[in-house]
Amino acid sequence: MVAQNATLRSKEELMEKMSKPEVITGSEMLLRSLVLEGVDCVFGYPGGAVLFIYDAMHGFSDFHHLLTRHEQGAIHAADGYARASGKVGVCIATSGPGATNLVTGIATAYMDSVPLVVITGNVATNFIGTDAFQEADITGITMPITKHSYLVRSVEDLPRIIHEAFHIAGTGRKGPVLIDIPKDVSSHKALFKPVNEVSIRGYNPTVTAKKPQVDKMLKAIEEAERPVILAGGGVVYSGGHEELFEFVTKAGIPITTTLLGLGAFPSGHDLWVGMPGMHGTYTANKAIQGADLLINIGARFDDRVTMKLDGFAPKAKIVHIDIDPAEIGKNVPTAIPIVGDIKTVLQQANKAVKFAAKADVWRAQVAEWKQEKPLSYVDSNVELKPQWVIEMIHETTKGEAIVTTDVGQHQMWAAQYYRFNQPRSWITSGGLGTMGFGFPSAIGAQMAHPDRLVVSINGDGGMQMCAQELAVCAINNIPVKVAIINNQVLGMVRQWQEIIHNNRFSHIDLAGSPDFVKLSEAYGVKAFRAANKEEARDAWIAAMNHPGPAVVEFVVRRDENVYPMVTAGSTIDEMLMGDAE
Amino acid sequence: MKKHTIAVLVNDQPGVLQRVSGLFGRRGFNIESITVGTSEEAGLSRMVIVTSGDDRLLEQVTKQLYKLIDVIKVIDLSARPMVGRELALIKVNAEPAARPEILGVVETFRAAVVDIGTNTLMVQVVGDTEKIDAMVELMQPYGIRELSRTGVTAMIRGNAG
Ligand SMILES: Cc1ncc(C[n+]2csc(CCOP(=O)(O)OP(=O)(O)O)c2C)c(N)n1
Repeated sequence: MVAQNATLRSKEELMEKMSKPEVITGSEMLLRSLVLEGVDCVFGYPGGAVLFIYDAMHGFSDFHHLLTRHEQGAIHAADGYARASGKVGVCIATSGPGATNLVTGIATAYMDSVPLVVITGNVATNFIGTDAFQEADITGITMPITKHSYLVRSVEDLPRIIHEAFHIAGTGRKGPVLIDIPKDVSSHKALFKPVNEVSIRGYNPTVTAKKPQVDKMLKAIEEAERPVILAGGGVVYSGGHEELFEFVTKAGIPITTTLLGLGAFPSGHDLWVGMPGMHGTYTANKAIQGADLLINIGARFDDRVTMKLDGFAPKAKIVHIDIDPAEIGKNVPTAIPIVGDIKTVLQQANKAVKFAAKADVWRAQVAEWKQEKPLSYVDSNVELKPQWVIEMIHETTKGEAIVTTDVGQHQMWAAQYYRFNQPRSWITSGGLGTMGFGFPSAIGAQMAHPDRLVVSINGDGGMQMCAQELAVCAINNIPVKVAIINNQVLGMVRQWQEIIHNNRFSHIDLAGSPDFVKLSEAYGVKAFRAANKEEARDAWIAAMNHPGPAVVEFVVRRDENVYPMVTAGSTIDEMLMGDAE
Repeated sequence: MKKHTIAVLVNDQPGVLQRVSGLFGRRGFNIESITVGTSEEAGLSRMVIVTSGDDRLLEQVTKQLYKLIDVIKVIDLSARPMVGRELALIKVNAEPAARPEILGVVETFRAAVVDIGTNTLMVQVVGDTEKIDAMVELMQPYGIRELSRTGVTAMIRGNAG
């Protein structure tokens, strides 16, 4: 798929070549270490402080390097790669402006617990602190948004630091780790010996849960009359979706999955009640509010889920399972805390979990809500409705695509109307809500899965935040299919201004947007526009059948709103249901 | 609001103080005082932080601190019998006529005069926070020119640690 790269060496050949002790530069150490960590794709952008690193990459073909058109594109792509593959994503940028251009992407990954190793160049050690050309204290700037960071002071430390960084990024509660490498460190030579062990005192994530705590949960399940499971991104990150399925079906407990948890449990299952929270389903929100037992599995009680905290799940005994002890009790007082890796904890629980026998009436009630108030919208045969577009994409991709989204209304509609049945097939910025994330993250996802269909759903606003990465798709023939839901406005802001600010529409009109078809074509990407159902379906199928990247602009109704909606200050069962009520 | 004194054992790495203090600021925890110095083990520093808040806050502070890779151990000193000490230097106006009175206070507090100027005295006092507060209050009427406090360092008594 990636035309410019030669085929990669076999793993054994590589490992032998890369682990040979030898006197080499810091830059060469970096590349070798990356290969030894199993990296096959790096996203980056060169500059003065990483010249030696890029020099070492000249003619290097043991992993792919994709040159993006903006560092933000590089880090979101690395993020998409990590979320789609479950591996650690890697990106490289130069010092100063290159490094600061990564900040949004680092924060995005941090909020969603995505494992990244972010490599930045810095000015030479003797220039640090002098306000040298292109100097920025990037470790200082990113301290609040990294899991850990390193400023490498000597080339001898580099192999250890890289190995530690991958270990920290990819274990426990995952997250971005920054390695800042001064220019002299990347140019100096030293004896390279690969590092295979880590021992970091003070870093020891708990994997297995305490048995008495698990037993308490199992007992609570037996006693519960109205149990609900709330599952989040932690299930996906731990790879525990099969264990979750076993747990839910053995216990017979209705389950709601958060935005990041979509795909952790099959959406077609009877026990699945949709997403909770601000734009959650009627059933999920009613179920949480009525529950007498709420089992949170790998979700962090985000305020978009809980809304008004002191009215959240008012009758429920709370169980919270998380690998990060600091999540437990952070927002919601917890009766039964369980610290551990989700997959492992569920394996522990599955050995003894019993069917929640007292919950028959409750299961029937939940099923009834689901039947009575499914997600719905008023369709139109005149205008194109965004919800219909998502349903059409779901249908034509048979629900099997990897879907990435940007942020806004289209994101919520995608979450609501695309049905996910597999983990790691849904990639979206949940915690930070980063516009500009959707399209470049799809590039990363496609690099992780060259053979899968990758669909990126974007708004006309967010698409303009990283549209330059169309060049990367074109030149490398990365066959991402981009849907732009063009409502001509900053839709989600428009919705808030309509509902919360009494129709005072302030600076939301995107008049002056480019012709997205021409823009794509200018980059050499195939593009289509559609303004009604027939055109929409035809264009989308043509795009899917096109072997390379393709963009479809769907011109949709301007003032459609996302429902249900819970406004700030309300509890989650106080939902605005919209026209389709 | 309860006062908590916590000891944090950290890797002696550049930036570790920034990581710890930054975490407090970012998470909305307050720092009343923070002291840092070497510990009994080479490569590790001990920070003693005085903060205030309810028990839930203390639990969050502890958990969030443990998330920092360079944090090895967090100990809630105030949960057990502890010794907490602070040092203050007070430069106070001291015309010759006022000196006997000031020296009287210094003696009562088992403080020490560590420098004498033509019309000032520098007083050094060591003790728990209340004692330092009291000393400062007593010096106030003479006119404090400069005051510098170290913040609390603390340890658990006897074998309880
Ligand atoms: C970088 C960034 N800036 C601003 C916002 C605030 N914001 C959230 S949704 C939204 C509107 C998005 O509009 P568009 O991309 O057209 O998508 P739509 O909501 O219309 O689907 C804005 C501005 C954000 N999430 N991210």
